[in-house]
Amino acid sequence: MAELAATPKKSSLWAKHAFFEKNSIWLIIGILLVISVGGLVEIVPLFYLKSTIEKVSGVRPWTPLELAGRNIYVREGCYNCHSQMVRPLRDEVERYGHYSLAAESMYDRPFQWGSKRTGPDLARVGNKYSDEWQRQHLADPRSVVPGSIMPGYPFLEKTPLKFANIGEDITVNAILGVPYTEEMQASAIADLRLQASPDGDVDDLQKRYPGAQVRDFDGNPGALTEADALIAYLQALGTMVDFKLYDDKANIR
Amino acid sequence: MSQQSSAVGGVRKSLTFGEGGLAVVFALLALSSITVAAKAQDSAYAFHAYLSAFASLATVFVILNRYMDRPAALPPLMIDGKPNYNFGPVKFATLASVFWGLAGFLVGVIIAFQLAFPALNFDLPWIAFGRLRPLHTSAVIFAFGGNVLIATSFYVVQRTSRARLAGYLAPWFVVLGYNFFIVIAGTGYLLGITQGKEYAEPEWYADLWLTVVWVTYLLVFLATLWRRQEPHIYVANWFYLAFIVTIAVLHLGNNATIPISVFSPKSYIVWSGVQDAMVQWWYGHNAVGFFLTAGFLAIMYYFIPKRADRPVYSYRLSIIHFWALIFLYIWAGPHHLHYTALPDWAQTLGMTFSIMLWMPSWGGMINGLMTLSGAWDKLRTDPVLRMMVVSVAFYGMSTFEGPLMSVKAVNSLSHYTDWTIGHVHSGALGWVAYISFGAIYCLVPWLWQKRELYSLRLVNWHFWISTIGIVFYISSMWVAGILQGLMWRAYTSLGFLEYSFIETVEAMHPFYIIRALGGVLFLIGGLLMAFNIFMTIRQPSTVEADTGVHTPSLVPAE
Amino acid sequence: MADIHKNDVDAITGVSTTGHEWDGIRELNNPLPRWWLWVFYLCIVWSVAYWVVYPAWPLVSSYTSGVFGWKSRDAVQVQLADLRAQRAAFADKLDAASLEQIESTPALLSFARAQGRAAFGDNCAPCHGAGAGGSKGYPNLNDDDWMWGGSLEQIQQTLLHGIRSADPDAHVGDMPAFGRDGILTRPEVVVVADYVRSLGNLPVPAGVTPDLTKGKELFEANCAACHGADGKGNIELGAPNLTDGIWLYGSDRDSVIATITNGRAGIMPAWSGRLDPTTIKALTVYVHSLGGGS
Ligand code: HEC
Ligand code: HEC
Ligand code: HEC
Ligand code: HEM
Ligand code: HEM
Ligand SMILES: [Ca+2]
Ligand SMILES: [Ca+2]
Ligand SMILES: [Cu+2]
Repeated sequence: MAELAATPKKSSLWAKHAFFEKNSIWLIIGILLVISVGGLVEIVPLFYLKSTIEKVSGVRPWTPLELAGRNIYVREGCYNCHSQMVRPLRDEVERYGHYSLAAESMYDRPFQWGSKRTGPDLARVGNKYSDEWQRQHLADPRSVVPGSIMPGYPFLEKTPLKFANIGEDITVNAILGVPYTEEMQASAIADLRLQASPDGDVDDLQKRYPGAQVRDFDGNPGALTEADALIAYLQALGTMVDFKLYDDKANIR
Repeated sequence: MSQQSSAVGGVRKSLTFGEGGLAVVFALLALSSITVAAKAQDSAYAFHAYLSAFASLATVFVILNRYMDRPAALPPLMIDGKPNYNFGPVKFATLASVFWGLAGFLVGVIIAFQLAFPALNFDLPWIAFGRLRPLHTSAVIFAFGGNVLIATSFYVVQRTSRARLAGYLAPWFVVLGYNFFIVIAGTGYLLGITQGKEYAEPEWYADLWLTVVWVTYLLVFLATLWRRQEPHIYVANWFYLAFIVTIAVLHLGNNATIPISVFSPKSYIVWSGVQDAMVQWWYGHNAVGFFLTAGFLAIMYYFIPKRADRPVYSYRLSIIHFWALIFLYIWAGPHHLHYTALPDWAQTLGMTFSIMLWMPSWGGMINGLMTLSGAWDKLRTDPVLRMMVVSVAFYGMSTFEGPLMSVKAVNSLSHYTDWTIGHVHSGALGWVAYISFGAIYCLVPWLWQKRELYSLRLVNWHFWISTIGIVFYISSMWVAGILQGLMWRAYTSLGFLEYSFIETVEAMHPFYIIRALGGVLFLIGGLLMAFNIFMTIRQPSTVEADTGVHTPSLVPAE
Repeated sequence: MADIHKNDVDAITGVSTTGHEWDGIRELNNPLPRWWLWVFYLCIVWSVAYWVVYPAWPLVSSYTSGVFGWKSRDAVQVQLADLRAQRAAFADKLDAASLEQIESTPALLSFARAQGRAAFGDNCAPCHGAGAGGSKGYPNLNDDDWMWGGSLEQIQQTLLHGIRSADPDAHVGDMPAFGRDGILTRPEVVVVADYVRSLGNLPVPAGVTPDLTKGKELFEANCAACHGADGKGNIELGAPNLTDGIWLYGSDRDSVIATITNGRAGIMPAWSGRLDPTTIKALTVYVHSLGGGS
């Protein structure tokens, strides 16, 4: 303390700082060292600590159609208004359902937890409403919820879904560690079509993606549109873990 | 380096290594862009590829044309023993910052009105709130803020090193390349190209381009420091350096993606879920800490003592708060993830380091404010200085509010609400924009060699109109945010949730209108500034070519 | 240059400078402000204390969990348990009582209505409207017109399993697409539509002369099986009463024609997995008491 308060002399600790002020390379090295610590300590353990991601059954990779829908969700920037993260707080659990687990977004690239709730949390919106409601709400939110301030997205159900490259999307996810098998990669386009059209060998698809909901989602069986994909994604959100079977205590972390 | 050798050559004019190399690189880039455009999987991406091809060809043309027009020798480093400063890129970035600032405020006003009147989304994809909001944040932070940072850093590093900016084409490459990045990023958002990570929305190819530009920026800055004629590196430059280096690290970490194809804009991030969340907010928080704080503190450290004509308050405080700030900031990211699925231990670290960050942040405020001791009277007469001082006060306020909001109990209320938006804008409008306005008002007369601004009275008007705007903005968002947070968690006496979500949305309406009006006032202030700057530049030059030590001459406001 | 200024003293404050100068800027050699340093130390001490108490530092295979072993996920269970305890006095009775008993016990009724109202806002209002008034395709729950029955048990059944939802016990039964599937020709559809509208005493649009005899014939052949010969509907099948002037999908001629041409199959989600049984019970009572309960 006395040291600190004294006027700096050549010999004082303060004078030593001249070293950084005279050597830009050491200044950079000092900066790099100082800024590395926090990031390393906070990020690296998340990859090796077993407690980071809960052990649960049911979480599977997105189907090709859901993934395409997710990419539309990202493209339209829904995350600017909607969170996908129910916090372990009393009111949130009551309003939205069980708090979100890390495991539920472990295949999400990028994560979409959000940081602003202009609209409600969507982590558990899957199966909460009918497809028809979702379609109407996306096309014209105020037609179903008069006080809504959400933008309308009527163009989604008019725009054919582009999915020629969905196989590449699945493959890149597989490379990054999402457990898509080679079979899934090979059948991506077929699976995508099948999920949105009521006829076809659905069992096979559901064996690859347990619990996948198969139907025409946008009320227009004649066309495979962006609304089909987005609604398929929304209807799957938060539905993978069966919380009746989930043991809160075993996974308390 | 090559420029010295050609200068030594004297009369014979030849392409420098930089000129030749860059021309070839850009010609190749043009070719590959055209190939990509032809095979692009997506029309928006093809548009970007054509834009890149066009810009590359234009660059080749400009490089060669510039070569034809220039004298055999490159500009000397010194003229008559005085540094031959390179202010061209600084001027460009200064004007670009004014332009992007207005664009960013305008988009802010538009999205503010969209939240109050959703019909303003017009059911169109490219102007829907979800796409315009990232356009706003990028336009104000990266386009406006980024250009201010580049302009001031290039100016300050030259003046405080008494050395000409390193590189012949490199500084121009940084400034133009950076603004090209902005154009790609911004048009991409409107067309639906985004990575979906806040403040890091641009896709892989824009990220790669920015990496090249940023590394060049670092090298130009460093090489200029190496040329310095002062034994010590000035404190502003420590902050600039920390900002440039750390942003490079953050940018690389948070944008590690694999594109699905070179012909597609789409990529997937290598991190997923909870790890991606942590990396994102390690990035996001430190974009605040190093872009919006360290960089702008550097601005403060030059422009306030300069404008006030007073010494910096405490050298020792500079040292301590610099190192403490950059060390502690990095840890605070998890305060954006309180009560999420991020493990509790990480949240604790985020919270406690945010608390410890409070005093190091205030160190900057103290050094800024106390620099005025002995010169407080100047606040009455100089609205530019007043703007900068108020900015430092706002900095102090938002760095008090930030640690407060990092406390988990507070954050459980404030998170996801407009309280965060209020906090952001007390920092963004009050601190970042005001210190930038101050710096721009100082820089323009200095760069264009005018005695003073066209009108200090207009600056005064700018100050008051935008201050009222800020007050409207942040006070309405505080009320809105706290109200929203309280409504979400309100229980009836019987123990049931009192409000449905939509009731909380409806309750926000009046505050959204007040906020939007505040935004309009802030935008009007910005327009006054643009006019003032335009008129200043049009004034006849009154000051001689300015290379020596500079003291601003003040003219009272009234 | 800088060294020339060594031991300069600033004339205004009387504080010495560091002796350096950059572009005219000098630095004073003021010490760190005392209060600043002390608050900084205090923050550090507070943080260290916090680390001792709460989970904080990652280790090799675990992390320091703090002296009380606090966890946010435990904490919320405690909060929820507190909440349940606060409600218990009534909630237990609600669980034990039959739906009828709840309705006939004023204290229980008002408790159930409060709980129902709270759940309705976030779960039902997006479809049925804030006042449960409904809109096109989403029935009004205030009137006494029920497609699937308005008794307490019937409403509870609807809420638990939904209508045409994925739940195996959901109400099912579609309104066929007579026109689209070619069961009726277009003129026949129009005729039967006019007949159906006449059942509801709807005004006949100008220029239209409905063939009610033909319509009655077609109705009895195709529709009566579900909607009844008198058009009063059948709650077993969810076939609505067509005579009461209440129209789910609109009463104008075009809407009715569209209904008969393309059929209808509105979906009401099942709530048994999402809401707990007590909440559904409360909602049942709430909906029943909105006005139209039978
Ligand atoms: C301007 C902000 C905004 C944007 C952007 C936005 N929403 Fe919304 N959203 C809202 C608001 C407000 C509500 C609540 C009112 C309502 O139900 O419409 C809502 C409600 C919803 C709901 C109903 C949730 C529930 O549980 O009731 C869904 C589903 C939804 N939005 C999906 C989306 C999707 C998908 C996108 C992007 C294509 C999107 N939203 C974009 C504001 C927004
Ligand atoms: C996705 C939209 C949606 C939501 C959410 C929804 N409903 Fe419904 N509900 C419907 C539709 C559509 C029908 C009519 C189905 C039909 O056509 O037979 C219906 C029918 C009903 C009926 C039967 C009406 C009758 O005439 O028999 C009741 C009771 C009801 N809803 C109550 C509720 C309650 C209580 C909730 C909230 C827990 C709720 N609904 C949530 C769409 C919804
Ligand atoms: C297999 C049973 C069945 C038959 C046969 C049937 N309906 Fe229906 N009808 C229903 C059901 C179930 C609904 C309700 C659908 C819903 O709620 O989504 C309905 C709804 C309607 C409605 C809409 C009522 C409203 O409130 O908007 C009309 C009109 C109607 N039917 C007319 C007819 C006519 C005319 C015929 C014969 C040509 C007919 N129905 C035959 C089952 C049937
Ligand atoms: C000591 C300094 C600061 C601390 C500890 C701090 C803390 C915080 C906290 C706790 C949040 C809310 C996170 C959430 O709940 O989602 C936040 C958000 C934010 N702060 Fe600060 N803040 C500080 C200073 C600043 C400054 C000076 C700025 C300058 C503009 C700023 C800009 C932001 C932004 C942009 C966000 C929003 C991030 C997002 O969710 O998108 N902060 N800050
Ligand atoms: C005219 C002035 C401005 C207006 C009207 C304005 C308006 C807005 C609005 C409406 C939002 C979205 C809030 C929401 O989603 O609820 C927003 C977000 C944001 N703005 Fe501004 N803004 C202005 C200026 C600025 C400036 C100058 C900056 C930075 C330097 C800035 C930085 C941000 C940031 C970082 C966010 C995201 C906040 C978050 O995600 O938490 N804004 N602004
Ligand atoms: Ca945000
Ligand atoms: Ca379809
Ligand atoms: Cu932060």
